[in-house]
Amino acid sequence: MSSSSAFNEEKGGSSSVGEPEYGHDPASGGIFSSDYKRHDDLKEMLDSNKDSLKLEAMKRIVAMIARGKNASDLFPAVVKNVACKNIEVKKLVYVYLVRYAEEQQDLALLSISTFQRGLKDPNQLIRASALRVLSSIRVTIIVPIMMLAIKEAASDMSPYVRKTAAHAIPKLYSLDPEQKDQLIEVIEKLLADKTTLVAGSVVMAFEEVCPERIDLIHKNYRKLCNLLIDVEEWGQVVIINMLTRYARTQFLNPNINESLLEEGGGGEKTFYGSDEDEDEDEEEKEKKAEAAAMAKRKPYVMDPDHRLLLRNTKPLLQSRNAAVVMAVAQLYFHLAPKAEVGVIAKALVRLLRSHSEVQYVVLQNVATMTIKRRGMFEPYLKSFYIRSTDPTQIKILKLEVLTNLANETNISTILREFQTYIKSMDKDFVAATIQAIGRCATNIGEVRDTCLNGLVQLLSNRDELVVAESVVVIKKLLQMQPEKHSDIIKHMAKLTDNIQVPMARASILWLIGEYCEHVPKIAPDVLRKMAKSFTNEEDIVKLQILNLAAKLYLTNSKQTKLLTQYVLNLAKYDQNYDIRDRARFIRQLIVPTEKSGALSKYAKKLFLALKPAPVLESPFKDRDHFQLGSLSHLLNAKAGGYQELPDWPESAPDPSVRNVEVPEWTKCSSREKRKEKKVEKPFYSDSEGESGPTESADSESDSASGSESGSGSEGSGSASESEESGEVSVSEEDEGEEEEKKTKKRELKKAVQESESEQSSEEEDRKHERKMKQRKSDSESESDEEEESESESSQSESDDSESEAEVRKKKKAAESKPPSKPVKKETKKEKKEMSLLDLDDFEPAPSPQVTPVNNLLSNSLVTDLEGLSLSEAVLSPATIAPSSALKSYELLHRITGEGLSVEYCFSRQPFSPDANMVAVQMQFTNSSTSDTKNLHMEDVKLQSGMRVKDFPEIESLPAGETATAVMGIDFCDSTQAANFQLCTHTRKFFVSIQPPVGELMRPVFLTENEFKKEQGQLMGMNEITEKLTLDAKCRNEHAIVQRVTTAANLSRVPCGSDRECSPPVPPPEHPVHRFAGRTVTSGSLVLVTVATREEGAAQLTINCEKMVIGTMLVKDILLALTQ
Amino acid sequence: MINSLFLISHSGDIFLEKHWKSVISRSVCDYFLEAKEKAGDPENVAPVLQTPHHYLISIYRGKLFFLSVTQTEVPPLFVIEFLHRVADTFQDYFGDCSEVLIKENTVTVYELLEEMLDNGFPLATESNVLKEMIRPPTILRSVVNTLTGTTVFAEIQGVIEACVKLTGMPDLTLSFMNPRLLDDVSFHPCVRFKRWESEHVLSFIPPDGNFRLMSYHVSSQNLVAIPVYVKQNISFLETGSCGRLDITIGPKQTMGKTVESLMVTIPMPKSVLSVNLTATQGTYTFDLTTKVVLWDVGKLNPQKLPNLRGSISIQTGSPKPEENPSINIDMKIQQLAISGLKVSRLDMYGEKYKPFKGVKYVTKAGKFQVRT
Repeated sequence: MSSSSAFNEEKGGSSSVGEPEYGHDPASGGIFSSDYKRHDDLKEMLDSNKDSLKLEAMKRIVAMIARGKNASDLFPAVVKNVACKNIEVKKLVYVYLVRYAEEQQDLALLSISTFQRGLKDPNQLIRASALRVLSSIRVTIIVPIMMLAIKEAASDMSPYVRKTAAHAIPKLYSLDPEQKDQLIEVIEKLLADKTTLVAGSVVMAFEEVCPERIDLIHKNYRKLCNLLIDVEEWGQVVIINMLTRYARTQFLNPNINESLLEEGGGGEKTFYGSDEDEDEDEEEKEKKAEAAAMAKRKPYVMDPDHRLLLRNTKPLLQSRNAAVVMAVAQLYFHLAPKAEVGVIAKALVRLLRSHSEVQYVVLQNVATMTIKRRGMFEPYLKSFYIRSTDPTQIKILKLEVLTNLANETNISTILREFQTYIKSMDKDFVAATIQAIGRCATNIGEVRDTCLNGLVQLLSNRDELVVAESVVVIKKLLQMQPEKHSDIIKHMAKLTDNIQVPMARASILWLIGEYCEHVPKIAPDVLRKMAKSFTNEEDIVKLQILNLAAKLYLTNSKQTKLLTQYVLNLAKYDQNYDIRDRARFIRQLIVPTEKSGALSKYAKKLFLALKPAPVLESPFKDRDHFQLGSLSHLLNAKAGGYQELPDWPESAPDPSVRNVEVPEWTKCSSREKRKEKKVEKPFYSDSEGESGPTESADSESDSASGSESGSGSEGSGSASESEESGEVSVSEEDEGEEEEKKTKKRELKKAVQESESEQSSEEEDRKHERKMKQRKSDSESESDEEEESESESSQSESDDSESEAEVRKKKKAAESKPPSKPVKKETKKEKKEMSLLDLDDFEPAPSPQVTPVNNLLSNSLVTDLEGLSLSEAVLSPATIAPSSALKSYELLHRITGEGLSVEYCFSRQPFSPDANMVAVQMQFTNSSTSDTKNLHMEDVKLQSGMRVKDFPEIESLPAGETATAVMGIDFCDSTQAANFQLCTHTRKFFVSIQPPVGELMRPVFLTENEFKKEQGQLMGMNEITEKLTLDAKCRNEHAIVQRVTTAANLSRVPCGSDRECSPPVPPPEHPVHRFAGRTVTSGSLVLVTVATREEGAAQLTINCEKMVIGTMLVKDILLALTQ
Repeated sequence: MINSLFLISHSGDIFLEKHWKSVISRSVCDYFLEAKEKAGDPENVAPVLQTPHHYLISIYRGKLFFLSVTQTEVPPLFVIEFLHRVADTFQDYFGDCSEVLIKENTVTVYELLEEMLDNGFPLATESNVLKEMIRPPTILRSVVNTLTGTTVFAEIQGVIEACVKLTGMPDLTLSFMNPRLLDDVSFHPCVRFKRWESEHVLSFIPPDGNFRLMSYHVSSQNLVAIPVYVKQNISFLETGSCGRLDITIGPKQTMGKTVESLMVTIPMPKSVLSVNLTATQGTYTFDLTTKVVLWDVGKLNPQKLPNLRGSISIQTGSPKPEENPSINIDMKIQQLAISGLKVSRLDMYGEKYKPFKGVKYVTKAGKFQVRT
């Protein structure tokens, strides 16, 4: 009523238009009548020609809105004035419009055209305010108009308008979430904005619309870091919080060494301590120890971008804005190396002198921090001392911090301080102090007795609350060492006469019951008194009386039998069902009757079991899994829209994503920059080297032998074994390569004429056989021991030595695997020149280098040769042709096939009947004694979209003969298996062909520039980056090229093709290898980059529109390069 | 971020509401009012409350609650700091931040809130920017630079308040005689951080009007000279319901400056019924409801030390208070910064005219508390 009278006064003062007859109506309430009346006169004022009257009316309307009064019926009158010339009136009309547009959608549309005009105004402020109001009108119909306006404003000349556009984005998003994709485009554009005014607002929009699109930040990361200090305060908070999350996904844990060393150290110990342990265990431990050793060898070096963030945020600790300081503090807490986190303590302590609300939030965060990093705040201990004038909630938080900070050295000071607090008049605070003393006592053994004595003294305090709280805490402390303190228990038993607080009574009773053996005389007496007062006790006390009775009955039944019966009878008729239940339960357990079950035997065990002492823990423990400073952290519950703080990645994603693209015409300078970067190389290579072992230690799928051979000479048995096997495989490789050379020469001569695959495949077969023999002899010469170690690691896929073992096993034991299983296991590693056959499809140019180069050939020679070929105007296709051996896979085993064995390989030739199909070459061998006839396929089962072109039927395959056939499968760019039946004249076999992802593509030729251009268009989600450590045998260019092209049907992109336009550069120390291909079905580009670094570190990047293919390919190539 | 703001009076009356997104019914405040009821003292209301659908973040300033409502994750300090900034702005515009003044200026307040936030995200919070858009009701300006310093227990916490009224874009540099004294500082955003780090001078282009240029903290190692000492003797007799009180205050190190506006506050235990004291200087009052003795001493005369003594009577039957009351002292020393911080010079670049410069040092006791 007071407000309504205020209105009346106002009205009386401002206008003379009054219609008192409404006020006289006794039926209508005073407020209603005056409202109605006032609205009428307001309408009149709004319709007048005088701006002053309009302004007056609008002011009164806005005052109504402010007070929460409904003014919606004035909408038509107000909206007319939206085009008013008077800026003051206009502003207030906007206020009104934004408030009521949602309720009056149709009428609100009338105003839209005014804003659309405003958007085109030459004055930036008018453009901005038009956009602001337009985007604030929550009317769904105008979504397209808003979208258009935002898009336009995002490229406005004025940064202020662009800022307004950024603000409008979340508004539109909340109105219509379906606009997300379009809005993301705008966000992406605005993120690239270089003005400080826009930065904060657009990051805000980013956080509200698409916080998951972290890839949008890459390119802007450095810019944001550098702008940060000049962004307005509120934007700083948002940017810092976002960058914290970003850094958690992109950089390595700066404290990883510490944690690794700790872990590894432990691992090492057990490793040495248990030499006789089983082999399996040993292997694991070894891995651990090795990881630790690696960590020691290669110290963690921070990514320069990580450092940039820390460096650029640090000065903001001096901001006057508490939110900014807190944001930086949490960033340091979550991201900085342990040694550097300390700087935030001083700033946080400074915030404690601010408003009590600020203190409240800061103390909550400090409490969490002190659990993890106690040392940081120890010098500021006194800043957390409590003043009697602090609000209780602040006192309790400070107490929490003090408790967390307590250690052996400062505990006496802290306890003295606590002593003062206990005298406080604020009883809640005293109770909390007593709890705190209890926690100090449990955490610091030295002062346990002192604390206990202090608390016992408090038992004679006049205030019952203090006594009660003390009892509860003493109970917890006594549980740790009851035998020492029977006199305290006696003392407490006496308290039952006086103390009335239920919790305290219950605690005392529990104590007496639990330790009744220490107070054998007093305990029955207490029970007697309690039995007397049973009916008047609170429920928790009653329950404890029952417990006490039961325990005494079990230990001292002579004295307490009747008392117990009495108490149980009382409880039986209690009002509370919990107590009735408990009584029933206890009676059955302790009083032996003929009916009582087997449990009563164990009653003593049940009731008098040793109970573990409670752990007094800080409520702030483990709260740091929430991002500090966040609402969720404060509430210790996930708030809506909270973005989880991700864990550190195992290995750092590609740092080069943050490199900002340089326009084409500045290529030269970019080259220089790249050179400069080379100086920084140790950074990268070190961190990568570090990440390598971690990965191998953690990921179980990695084979043991892989990581071991990587780490070099380890004294233990299994490692040397696998090394041995590694060597073997290498020597084989060499041989194979020499062979390759020969065949290549031979074939080169023929190359022009030979265009049919048949012939070549025959040749292949011949070689194949030869190699089989060779290999067999090799493996047989190997020791038995080796076999063991290999069989252990045979779970892992396609590892050289291991696949060998598999072959051997098959040869030796001829054990059969279920043939229906589409085993992808390769039976052998073939060295084939299928690439040469590919030549036929290109042009018959001589290929002087690349493939056949032996390991012995020097690296420089290879690059020289390459340089040669590159300087030619026409690039020889040989450089791009895949030069790898083909793997063949088993389709049907000899045993299951009853003599018929089928192997297939991906010939990597275009399948002429259908270009979208992958050619699969099958080789049938009839090792049975009879002929096989009518070999053909049937009943093809495919995933949707896939197609198969059958191979021509083989009429007859005589015993002992071999035949080949080619079929085509369109896998639809997926690795789904093609299942079909292989039929002979007598039998049908279910078989399936599953392609490795590398076979789903065909090579394409790209120049380096083209490659880079394409790559630039396949960023973000389409890019996958992995760091790896190259296998020791795979450090030279040739080996890398070979392994990659083996793993995937790609062609090499000649590097340095832009050298022509720049002065000759010596071959780079760390070359970058690029490969390109297209998927067979959809023709999507697949770009592979292997950038080598120092000491065998490398980075693998794959850009492919098909993300699934990209991810799978990364795995395959990674495997190929690391093993 | 911030959906809505409600201003609630000390008594629980919601007298202003503003929404930046969809309207949230004021019934959401009921949760807050309930918590307020429970807490008793307004200072004890938790600044962050969780309700089934909203989060309530509030501050208490000038006997008013500023209650903001948000629905999603937001750094609580962000909101708290912003709300304080709103209160600061009101203070700046209306001279004080009180219910009466806000009610008187509802429209200006509403316009301010409209400008300060857009869609719940802070837009313009600098007072000089706001004043360009929304004219304050009265204009109070003076042309001085002000320096103040205060003591807190054994530490000094100070601020440099500036009032600048200069035309154009002056680039100012303020240097100190002894910047090393400053242990921890925080700045107004106009100050160039880098310059401070390298040269320990404050270089800035000031906004117009009053603003806090810098807050600082002098480390406790440079031991603080507490300017006054207190001799006190408060005792409650074991038997009988009375006690005695005797307080004398004397100057310690004031470097010849007089201690002014000396004020002593003693919150007595609840069981105290009345006091009967005599003061040699100034006047004292005893508030029967809050049981606070307030002794307004005025100027401290070093020749004749002020003394307050007398008896305290306690409710009969109630036990002797366990804790002696603490003594809180307020005072002011003009022309002295207790920290010893001295401004060396203030230079102006970028503009041709000669500005008027002035500096004023003040020491104030912040929370000077004597435990007895």
